[in-house]
Amino acid sequence: MNRAVILLTLICTVVLIARTWNAASKESELTLCAACPPGFELTDDNICKLRTVYQQYESVEGNDPGVGGLKTPLPPVRDGFTPQQIDLGRYLFFDPVLSKDGTVSCASCHQPAKGFSDGLKTSVGIHNSKLKRAAPSLWNVAFYKKFFWDARATTLEEQMTGPLYSPDEMGTTREQLVTTLNDIDRYQELFQQAFPASESDQIELNEIYTALTAFESSLISLNSRYDQYAHGYAGALNKQEIEGLNIFRSFVARCAECHTPPLFTNQQVAVIGLAEPAGSVFDPGAQETFNEPTLRGAFKVPSLRNIDRTAPYTHSGRFSSLREMIGFYTAGRGHEVAKNEKLHIHWHIWEPNLTNYEMDRLVDFVKTLTDEGFMPLSPEKLPSGIAIDPITISQTLSSIQQ
Amino acid sequence: MKTVKRILLVVVILAIGIYCGKLIFGRGSDIPAPIPTYFNQSAQTDDSTGIGAGTVTGKTIEVKKGGSIQEAVGDAKPGDLIRIFPGVYHETVYIDKDNISLQGVIENGEWPILDGEKKMNDAILYSGNGVLIENIKITNYKGNGIMGQAGNNYVIRNNWIVDTGVYGIFPQFGKNGLVERNILTGIEDAAIYIGMCDNVDVRFNEVYGNVAGIEIENSRHALVEYNYAHDNTGGILAFLTPGLPIKTCFVVIIRNNYVYNNNLANFGAVGSTVSHIPKGTGMLIMAADDITIENNIVTGNDNAGITITDYGYAGVDHASDPESEPNSDRITLLDNFMSNNGNDPVADVKAIMLTKLSKLGPDIIAVGGGVGSCIINPGRYRTFGVDAYASCAATDTRAVKTYLLDKPVTPRVTALAEKGKMTYYGVCSGCHAFNTRLVGPPVNTIQAVYKNNPQGIIDFIVNPTHKRDDYPEMPPQNYLSEETLKAVAEYMLSITK
Repeated sequence: MNRAVILLTLICTVVLIARTWNAASKESELTLCAACPPGFELTDDNICKLRTVYQQYESVEGNDPGVGGLKTPLPPVRDGFTPQQIDLGRYLFFDPVLSKDGTVSCASCHQPAKGFSDGLKTSVGIHNSKLKRAAPSLWNVAFYKKFFWDARATTLEEQMTGPLYSPDEMGTTREQLVTTLNDIDRYQELFQQAFPASESDQIELNEIYTALTAFESSLISLNSRYDQYAHGYAGALNKQEIEGLNIFRSFVARCAECHTPPLFTNQQVAVIGLAEPAGSVFDPGAQETFNEPTLRGAFKVPSLRNIDRTAPYTHSGRFSSLREMIGFYTAGRGHEVAKNEKLHIHWHIWEPNLTNYEMDRLVDFVKTLTDEGFMPLSPEKLPSGIAIDPITISQTLSSIQQ
Repeated sequence: MKTVKRILLVVVILAIGIYCGKLIFGRGSDIPAPIPTYFNQSAQTDDSTGIGAGTVTGKTIEVKKGGSIQEAVGDAKPGDLIRIFPGVYHETVYIDKDNISLQGVIENGEWPILDGEKKMNDAILYSGNGVLIENIKITNYKGNGIMGQAGNNYVIRNNWIVDTGVYGIFPQFGKNGLVERNILTGIEDAAIYIGMCDNVDVRFNEVYGNVAGIEIENSRHALVEYNYAHDNTGGILAFLTPGLPIKTCFVVIIRNNYVYNNNLANFGAVGSTVSHIPKGTGMLIMAADDITIENNIVTGNDNAGITITDYGYAGVDHASDPESEPNSDRITLLDNFMSNNGNDPVADVKAIMLTKLSKLGPDIIAVGGGVGSCIINPGRYRTFGVDAYASCAATDTRAVKTYLLDKPVTPRVTALAEKGKMTYYGVCSGCHAFNTRLVGPPVNTIQAVYKNNPQGIIDFIVNPTHKRDDYPEMPPQNYLSEETLKAVAEYMLSITK
């Protein structure tokens, strides 16, 4: 069920291609999709507003949203973009033209089929540069207050300047990015459609950021079997999965203390005491962001939504399976900390002595957090004319239906 | 512990200065006699008005010896009362529904007992609003006795909790709750732990033999009164812990409690916040703001009666949080009865005693930063570090009867149409768009088939059949409630784009 955007975008793409063909060489008839992605209501002023079942739990006098429990509201969402901005962002997201030499797109490291991650321990950037950390998933970033493993950005716009301009990632510059897109007539046309009120006849940097933010904010995953259980359908989870849920939120395992529903992250940074892979230097994480020694080795708590799709796990890809990842937490507080490191390990890291049975049930439970019903479709053809990288193509409808 | 040393140094220098100052100028010693008005307030009869929990509007389900409490919860609907009769129940009970009451029935002194046999994690987990849990003995769990996760309007009372692991009673992220008349012992962290909550009254409980008796952490508006906290490592605590999503702990009144002989050796788990609490701690205020301490009897606590500190002094080694302010600000110390505290203080306190030329540890000790604090009649007590405190303008907290709300926290009233809309976009829109084909047929096609017939849509989506050869069969949406089904069917028929 719920393969919304796939077909929607497929339709948009087909229409677009058909029109292009019909118009023969006349490229100016590209049209961005005028409908909102699934999950979003189109308002009278052409704005897409997120509508989720969790919104019915909002209470004027209630607790801070997004902090735990089954029927609690989500934190404020980043929405309010137009359908055209979201669709333009989709083209940009998949288009390697954004990189220095036209070889790397956002989707190179945030592949739809891999939970908008890349399946690597740590990512690989332009010219096969090996990067320091793993690519995080992009599902539900519309709700996040901090970005990057070390929490160094507070908006998506700020975040994207990291990979875009890092010489090891996409390697472009602000000047090159703006010039490149302005030199492509199709993009000129598409930006015109997405930003009709713009006074400039040139593509502006902030329009690029806005469009990418619009697309990334549309990646919503909130209709997993867990969610159906949370909304009151007890039969959505089987007996073993409910056992897993109860272990997950128990104060022995304490998973839910940091991976707090409904987002399955409390959006804080935490020191869990991971060793680096052999041969790597210790990654200080948020210590550098906040210039705070006690945050040495602290990283953002990742959401567990669609976690089954995003192996390997941790900032350095230390664990290749969920079972191994869970095993870390029961192997002893600080068991990986080097003798010469003094880390302020989070108080919830302790010695829960989980049994194998309990760890297997935890795996069962976190796999119920999978929902890719609103998976967008990658464009068939890019406005830059660059061929789309096959690894960035999202799953087809038929493969999801299996 | 560098911070501790730094603080100590500052304290030592300050203390020497103040001591010398006092030698020269002297100090007023018009100490009034204590006013023994403690424990003269009887229990209120209308305890839980304003909460709504325990209001039974449905059926009563009885669970007898040999039965399953969880099965009863599974059968229960909001408003039902589950009565648990004496017997031993080995279960983890989870309540993911609203307005469920669990009431133990005590017969001839025989309690219903939840026994985790030291194999089970938690005894009772609840996420629903309006949950009442009373008259149950809970023992031998590894995690918690009772843990709430975002349930509002809760009442937890008259339970008897013995050795249930980390916490005894732990409402987390709940607004408007009452925890009263429980007895808790043998807990390795806090017996009663109010975590990231708002508007809580904690009253008439007895906590003993725990690492921490009562802990108010990252919570706002809590009234802690008429509790008996004795023979714990620490009696009553108010903390702001860094690194949590709630970044404040403020407006806590701790009054009319009896905090006695909290000298138990610390048996907290390594790494836990409370594992750093020195034994002999009567009350501990750490990084919390706007705390009022009034009319308590604080005696026989061997380290110090009341400790006011930031993280450093307590030796807590949590990573700091730039968004959590580490000082205890605006602490109001009204009249309290304090005696016989500080008989065997820890080394850090002893070091301060040396500078004060005191043979005994303090009734009240304040270390670390903080502004705006005050104390009434400081001359009554042995105090360290409160000389900079102003004299309080306030004299009592009588005006505050409770921090519970007048009315239960109401869930947002979701108009049916809105509920239909949220479900349509949250669930249906993955497969159906208004006028284009997605996985399923367009909504305008559906509208043509079911014009003025929402029931037809409901019947179909609960039990779909394969109608159209060119579309896949729809998965059943029978998990939606009747009300939601109706709302979404009507919404689907109403949309125009």
